[in-house]
Amino acid sequence: MATKKNIDRYMGTRTLISHTQLTRGKGPVVYWVLLISIVLIFTIAFIGPLYWMVTSALKTGQEVAQTPPSFWPAHPNPQNYSDAWNNLNLGKLLFNTIYYAGGALLFQLVLDTAAAYALSKLRPRFGNVVLGAMLATLMIPAMVLIVPQYLTAIDVPFLHISLLDSPFAIWLPAVANAFNIFLLKRFFDSIPEDLLSAAVIDGAGPLRVLWSIILPISRPILGVVSIFAVTAVWKDFLWPKLVEPSPETRTISVGIFAFAGGTPQNVVIAAAVIAAIPTVIFFLIFQRSIMAGLTTGGLKE
Amino acid sequence: MTSATMHHETTLPADPAVLRRRSRSGKTRNNLTGYAFLIGAIICFALFSWWPMIRGIIMSFQRTRRGVTTWVGWDNYVRIVQDPSFWTAWKNTAYFTALALILGYAVPFVVAIIFNEFRHAQGYLRVLVYLPVMLPPASALFLFKYYAYDPSDAGLFNAILRFLHLPTSQWMQDPKMAVPAMVLASTWMNMGGAILIYLAALQNIPGDLYEAAELDGAGLFKRIRHVTIPQTKLILSLMAMLQVVATMQLFIEPLILANGAGSQDSATSVAYLIYQHGFFQNDLNGAAALGVIMLLVLGGFSFAYVRLSAKQD
Repeated sequence: MATKKNIDRYMGTRTLISHTQLTRGKGPVVYWVLLISIVLIFTIAFIGPLYWMVTSALKTGQEVAQTPPSFWPAHPNPQNYSDAWNNLNLGKLLFNTIYYAGGALLFQLVLDTAAAYALSKLRPRFGNVVLGAMLATLMIPAMVLIVPQYLTAIDVPFLHISLLDSPFAIWLPAVANAFNIFLLKRFFDSIPEDLLSAAVIDGAGPLRVLWSIILPISRPILGVVSIFAVTAVWKDFLWPKLVEPSPETRTISVGIFAFAGGTPQNVVIAAAVIAAIPTVIFFLIFQRSIMAGLTTGGLKE
Repeated sequence: MTSATMHHETTLPADPAVLRRRSRSGKTRNNLTGYAFLIGAIICFALFSWWPMIRGIIMSFQRTRRGVTTWVGWDNYVRIVQDPSFWTAWKNTAYFTALALILGYAVPFVVAIIFNEFRHAQGYLRVLVYLPVMLPPASALFLFKYYAYDPSDAGLFNAILRFLHLPTSQWMQDPKMAVPAMVLASTWMNMGGAILIYLAALQNIPGDLYEAAELDGAGLFKRIRHVTIPQTKLILSLMAMLQVVATMQLFIEPLILANGAGSQDSATSVAYLIYQHGFFQNDLNGAAALGVIMLLVLGGFSFAYVRLSAKQD
């Protein structure tokens, strides 16, 4: 369906302004002027700050304070970047963040996929009640839960252990992601029953059906969910700040914040650039899936 | 729920007693395996969503002093509401939400309408606007704090303003500018997601609707009003709700941008107040009461919204 849509667009599906209006009279002139100015404005507005960030971190403290600010560093100096890397222990912080994001991804892929499969195909009694209770959490702002969630993390009910400074403090709450379960369930719902019942007649158990029939078909949605899972952990700030308080277990965002007070501005910005690089690379690689995910995963009736 | 055993029925014998017994045992087995697959997620939801929600409400009516917890009725609520920063925080949050609705809700829709008309560079523009969404907010906000909102003449925004011969601003240090500056930073970071969702919605509008409107003599703005907006109404209203829920939780912007900027009070928010009560003033019960109030306000807002949009139809 997506490809048909693309073909339609390529052939010129009718949008707000008709094709004839664009090609006749002043149409092309208006179109190109608008297109070029929008592209320029948006490039400046969205790449500009990133350019400023990367180059400012190459300037000396003096040059940053000069008026007017210089567009290009007079003596580009990677010193700030190496200072940031060494003084803030960014290697360790990056490792922590990747470790948390990877683990959260794994936990979500296993537990949320299993849950969505049960809700979509096994449909146990009261399954809809469970689904409803999960979806209801989407309506609760995260800030409302932050204090009682923290209390769970420092003293887990029944087990009476503290998850502080343990990766499980990030991995377990990541599983309670109603949006991802919803996306997975909706995708599984669209898989025809016939496909599964053939396997069931051949004697395949539910785990086998999930593993060898459902999962292979569901690769696109698994990709989308994976991307959401990883970026959510990478971007999160307050929760990791609370549950991973030690310098050795911090995430990179929290580490930069913690050091910001006593560190020169340029070094902080250099650290911020380093923290942003993995997500930007990740985005450019998975750009296509992310865009597709937003439109299919997004709010289409 | 009955359809779970549907595929058995075709092969079942006709005897109703056998049928009942078989289907019941099949059902129990299905229930067991079903919950075996669900249990991991259920435990995580229970520990980190369901129980905290209930516990938050309980805690808001309790007070813990030196490890002894007592029921105190509405005391926490009274104490919270009497705190002057409560009203400052709500005023700022409401102002932020209103400004963010204009900037973060209407602007992306207009941008998406324009992007959708482009036959070129659309892919590039999409990647462009989504790039900041991928940045860790802490990274992006330090950029705003140190460079864009630098109140001296060396600041990026002030340099641009002076270049345009406009008056410069103290940004976060100016109590009047603190909230708009936070909205600007937050919109820059978040608008990409909204633009892409609107674009997807716009591309689902059947072209013949525009064709028909044009034949009826509808101009550009009439076509937007009578075709584009009604056709994307569902997504527009969903996004409005999501936007309000998201902006009411305004937290990291005041934490990073206003920290030490001398305008803490003009930049505080309800979420920030929850954080302060919960983690600095050792007032977990007060924080819980604030959370319940926030939930009620959002609930009231959603209710009014649903009623209003139902009336419109």
